[in-house]
Amino acid sequence: MNASPEPGQRSTWPLWEVFVRSRSGLAHQHVGSLHAVDAEMAIANARDVYTRRGEGASLWVVPATSIVASDPDDKESFFGLDEEFRHPSHYVVPDGVVGI
Amino acid sequence: MYTQGLDQAEPLGDEDLSRLSERFEAKVAAEDKVEPTDWMPDAYRTLLVRQIAQHAHSEIVGMLPEGNWLSRAPSLRRKGILLAKVQDEAGHGLYLYCAAETLGISRDEMVEQLLAGTAKYSSIFNYPTLTWADCGAIGWLVDGAAIMNQVPLCRCSYGPYARAMVRICREESFHQRQGFEIMTVLSQGTPEQKAMAQDALDRWWWPSLMMFGPPDAQSTHNDRSMRWKVKRFTNDELRQKFVDMTVPQAHFLGLTVPDPDLSYNGEHWVFGEPDWSEFKRVLSGDGPCNRERLAARNKAHDDGAWVREAAVAHAEKKRSRERVA
Ligand SMILES: [Fe+2]
Ligand SMILES: [Fe+2]
Repeated sequence: MNASPEPGQRSTWPLWEVFVRSRSGLAHQHVGSLHAVDAEMAIANARDVYTRRGEGASLWVVPATSIVASDPDDKESFFGLDEEFRHPSHYVVPDGVVGI
Repeated sequence: MYTQGLDQAEPLGDEDLSRLSERFEAKVAAEDKVEPTDWMPDAYRTLLVRQIAQHAHSEIVGMLPEGNWLSRAPSLRRKGILLAKVQDEAGHGLYLYCAAETLGISRDEMVEQLLAGTAKYSSIFNYPTLTWADCGAIGWLVDGAAIMNQVPLCRCSYGPYARAMVRICREESFHQRQGFEIMTVLSQGTPEQKAMAQDALDRWWWPSLMMFGPPDAQSTHNDRSMRWKVKRFTNDELRQKFVDMTVPQAHFLGLTVPDPDLSYNGEHWVFGEPDWSEFKRVLSGDGPCNRERLAARNKAHDDGAWVREAAVAHAEKKRSRERVA
């Protein structure tokens, strides 16, 4: 981020990804993003933008640039393992057998 | 994170392009969602950027007509409700700007287009709010029409837009109900209050029908938008649904819908033709409040400049202190 913008010129504030834990016992879930100058403002804005109706018990904000993502172009080779046998539905349970 | 990786490294050959585009069409036809880092045709990206940005601008400008009554709401309860509603609309604008940004356009670019007057937003927000009953009519009719438009968008093929719409729709029904409550109270009030409610309905009815856009025969992007599952219903279909839903509500209020051609055919409410020349005029910048709205947005942006500058300076100072420590 640039420190102080030239007069009349707008500088884009860093992007933060927002995660909300809706109540204890649940994982934080990605809900969207926002722009803020620092972490403190990001947390305050995340509360106002994403939890106006008590949707949250906890908030995470993460600088979007800190997120490392898998390569979208490799999607097929990266996730495309065809190993049906990892799923229970692959196996036939003989008739009459219960508890498996 | 979404804005990374959008710059195409090397130009694609014709063969690659047609293969990618075939896969894209098949995927969308199969009701699979498109995510920001997936390949998409330029025309799909352009269509979505335009639609989502216009939608975001509409939420932001949409705060102004009701904002006009924040300081004059008739009770503390009404004031609290109206503040919450207007704040929701700001939130809707922010969700949508975020969704548009995943397509590679920056927030600043969109805001600049709005402030410069080169971006479009919904024609409805260029009408004035003359009385308190207008706040009732807006919640009931304008948010009601918005819901009609937005519910199908929750199933839009573009993931971030669809997700933003789910959040928005969850919040909209409160808007519609508080508006209808205002209308109910006024309609059951003194003759003057009832007349005020009728006057608001008279002024907001036709502009609300225009919110669904031009008639199908005249609208240009319908086909592609439907094929790409951005739109699910045509303008005329949604308009009809809205009229069918709203007319009985007006009757409940004991108010008269300002349409001499209105009649029930046993299945639908048949209605007259909105004044499409008025629609075109308002959309092209010549409505009753276009200049006022744009001036208000520009003033808000300019008046807020020192806050934005101070926030950046404060963050920078904190960072440099942390570096020293
Ligand atoms: Fe909204
Ligand atoms: Fe609304």
